[in-house]
Amino acid sequence: MLEHRDDQGAKLGMWLFLFTELLLFGMLFVVYAVYRSMHPEAFRIAGEELDVVIGTINTVILLISSMTVAMSITAIQKGDKKRALQLLGITLLIAIVFLVNKYFEWGAKFEYGFYPGAGELAELGYGTILFFGLYFFMTGLHALHILIGIGLFIYVIAQVRKDRIHQEDYIWLENTGLYWHLVDLIWIFLFPLFYLIH
Amino acid sequence: MSEEKTHIVPYKTQVAVVAVLLVLTAVTVAVTRLEFGTLNTLVAMLIAGIKAVIVMAWYMHLKYEKALLPMLVTGVIIVFLLVLFVTFFDYSYR
Amino acid sequence: MSEASTAKHVSYLDYKGRYKGFLGWILSTDHKRIGLLYLYTMLGFFSVGAILGLLMKTQLIAPGYTIMGPQTYNALFTLHGIIMIFIIVVPGLPAVFGNFFLPIMIGAKDVAFPRINLLSWWLYVIGILIVLTSQFMGDGPPDTGWTFYAPYSFRTPTNVLPAVFGAFVMGFSSILTGINFVVTIHRMRAPGMKWLKMPLFPWTLYGTAWIQILATPVIGITLLLIVAERTLGIGFFDPALGGDPILYQHLFWIYSHPAVYIMILPAMGAISEIIPVFSRKTIFGYKAIVLSTMAIAFVGYFVWGHHMFTSGMSGRALFAFSFLTFLVAIPSAVKVFNWVSTMHRGSLIMQTPFYWAVSFIFVFMIGGLTGLVLGSLATNVHLHDTHFVVAHFHFIVFGGTGFAFMAAVHYWFPKMFGRMYDANWANMGWGVFFIGFLALYLPMFYLGIMGMPRRYYDYLPSFHGGNILSSLGAWVMVAGLLIIFINLVRSARHGQKTSEKNPWNGRTLEWQVDTPPTLFNFDEIPTVTKRPYDYEE
Repeated sequence: MLEHRDDQGAKLGMWLFLFTELLLFGMLFVVYAVYRSMHPEAFRIAGEELDVVIGTINTVILLISSMTVAMSITAIQKGDKKRALQLLGITLLIAIVFLVNKYFEWGAKFEYGFYPGAGELAELGYGTILFFGLYFFMTGLHALHILIGIGLFIYVIAQVRKDRIHQEDYIWLENTGLYWHLVDLIWIFLFPLFYLIH
Repeated sequence: MSEEKTHIVPYKTQVAVVAVLLVLTAVTVAVTRLEFGTLNTLVAMLIAGIKAVIVMAWYMHLKYEKALLPMLVTGVIIVFLLVLFVTFFDYSYR
Repeated sequence: MSEASTAKHVSYLDYKGRYKGFLGWILSTDHKRIGLLYLYTMLGFFSVGAILGLLMKTQLIAPGYTIMGPQTYNALFTLHGIIMIFIIVVPGLPAVFGNFFLPIMIGAKDVAFPRINLLSWWLYVIGILIVLTSQFMGDGPPDTGWTFYAPYSFRTPTNVLPAVFGAFVMGFSSILTGINFVVTIHRMRAPGMKWLKMPLFPWTLYGTAWIQILATPVIGITLLLIVAERTLGIGFFDPALGGDPILYQHLFWIYSHPAVYIMILPAMGAISEIIPVFSRKTIFGYKAIVLSTMAIAFVGYFVWGHHMFTSGMSGRALFAFSFLTFLVAIPSAVKVFNWVSTMHRGSLIMQTPFYWAVSFIFVFMIGGLTGLVLGSLATNVHLHDTHFVVAHFHFIVFGGTGFAFMAAVHYWFPKMFGRMYDANWANMGWGVFFIGFLALYLPMFYLGIMGMPRRYYDYLPSFHGGNILSSLGAWVMVAGLLIIFINLVRSARHGQKTSEKNPWNGRTLEWQVDTPPTLFNFDEIPTVTKRPYDYEE
């Protein structure tokens, strides 16, 4: 097989993949926009069921995790393996905490009998059903992407420890960072649209 | 590629960026508690857009890349917004 | 480096790498072998899809029950559509000829990400296998049509889930190919090959790759939402829960319309390669063709509503989509004009690829013009869901992508296999096929105008005559297909051997490499100075 290294090409490829994620989630935002335009009041009332505090905490920690992964790249560029591992560790920890928060949030909803399209939900109006359908589906798909991110960070941390990612070759880390920022970007838009409708 | 000088973003810059992002988050939460009516969503989306641009420019390095990448990102966002816009030709006028 | 030096002199067909025999093919990261893997898979499934079509046409040769009842007919046209769309024409020319020739035509040794290229093919195969399970599981093959419209697609008890999930997996294959090609074209062009020196087939692959990247995720999420409807009852498209079925149609066509540009742009690119060579004349209006390619790719994103004119959209949407549809026809017309102008006062070489290319222009024009008839609101109301639509898309997709694929395979065949096919059988196959094609699809325009609906196993007696002609045409066309395929398959294995680098006197890089190409295509990456199609010696 051909050995040919092109970091710029790999980065371009990663950005192209991010574009697909943008369109994937983007269409869900279109669905949200359509149904919110049809049921503005119901969405507003349903939105108040969501816990702003947990939502804000999740937003804050995810933003911080974007910072830590960006800093880990700086660390690798400076050859500071120890710091890179610390920062990546924090990023990974934040990702796990995010999912734990989600688990409790969803758990609370399930206790009300709110399941996607079922349970107590089916008794309520169209707008409410659609709002919670979108909430579960979009935050669920987002959570799946966080899970994938966790997998990527575990891999990257292992590679850094084995010196396979290092000062002269860190494109894997950069691309994982790009992926993680995308996950953050999606949440930046999800947060106000679900938690802050008043 | 190894011939390009890699630009290293200083730690300080990255911390400064998160500070701005956190302030903007606080602003979003505060603003939506006030009553602007339908303007609420617009303001919230605008702030989210600014946060997104900041993340893309500094954390995702677009500010330091060659012109191609930022142009492509802009183009893709425009295509997506146009799709949203055209979809509402149907929904806004039923 | 000794492996590389052996590789320099061995054809890619004979090269023995890390794996031997069959494994050496299905685990190969060589773009040329991957192109052939797609070709063979597609040949197999196209045959299945064609047989399904033939069975449908046989059912329709007379009103009432001929060889099958309504449920079977519905399952057949569903599978026919899924195979032809997702397995054949969407991967289409990019998967076969793009993989094989893109690197060579831009002076590269492979694509940017060869292992991801192999993964693309594997995802394609896995997707196909998942789709196939939908045919054999307990609840019966899906009967929704390849379009899986809500709410029926989540109310029908048939096996929609695996069909939809298989298509989802195949979508990843398409996306990865798109990413691979964009990066390859941006990063791996030979020195001297500026963008405006790049040949037209790579240009169309570039436009197509962008559509693969930006449109495919939309069908991805749409199919996932169908899964959510069927498994969770989430309600986005279910009127009983407040959902809007028309929203499904929007989401579905936001991908599936650009998808037809994935099908046709590379086809047009192949035609743009062939016409100058067989006219011994440089292409007329190279820049116009490049611009029109990008224009089609862009405007094509915003016309999807023309599949939905009778669905219940707002008046404003109707106007907007009809207008945009007419707009997107303009760059296509530009290309036709340029092809014809290229041939004008050229020295025409009457050989098989050229027959396919010229007949492509003919059927593509019929398909395109009837598209305008459908794009026009008033006529659409009458023609939607009739056989007029079926005729239109077969002319433009089968006539367009299909004929171009045939042209491409007969054009690039000697380079790919180091053998030549029998030209007489090839031309005869073309003739029989062409006659059958016209007999099969032309009557459908008339039948549609007279009111015969599509996707029904039965019809009114007044439609009988047209259907007889059409169904007989199907048999003739399939006979033509047999002649063509047998000729090509036999020639690939036992045809006249050739090591002639440039049998057609082409002016693009693939005609300068060995026949068949060696593993790495080029001994040394060339420096490009001339424009392509330069016949003004």
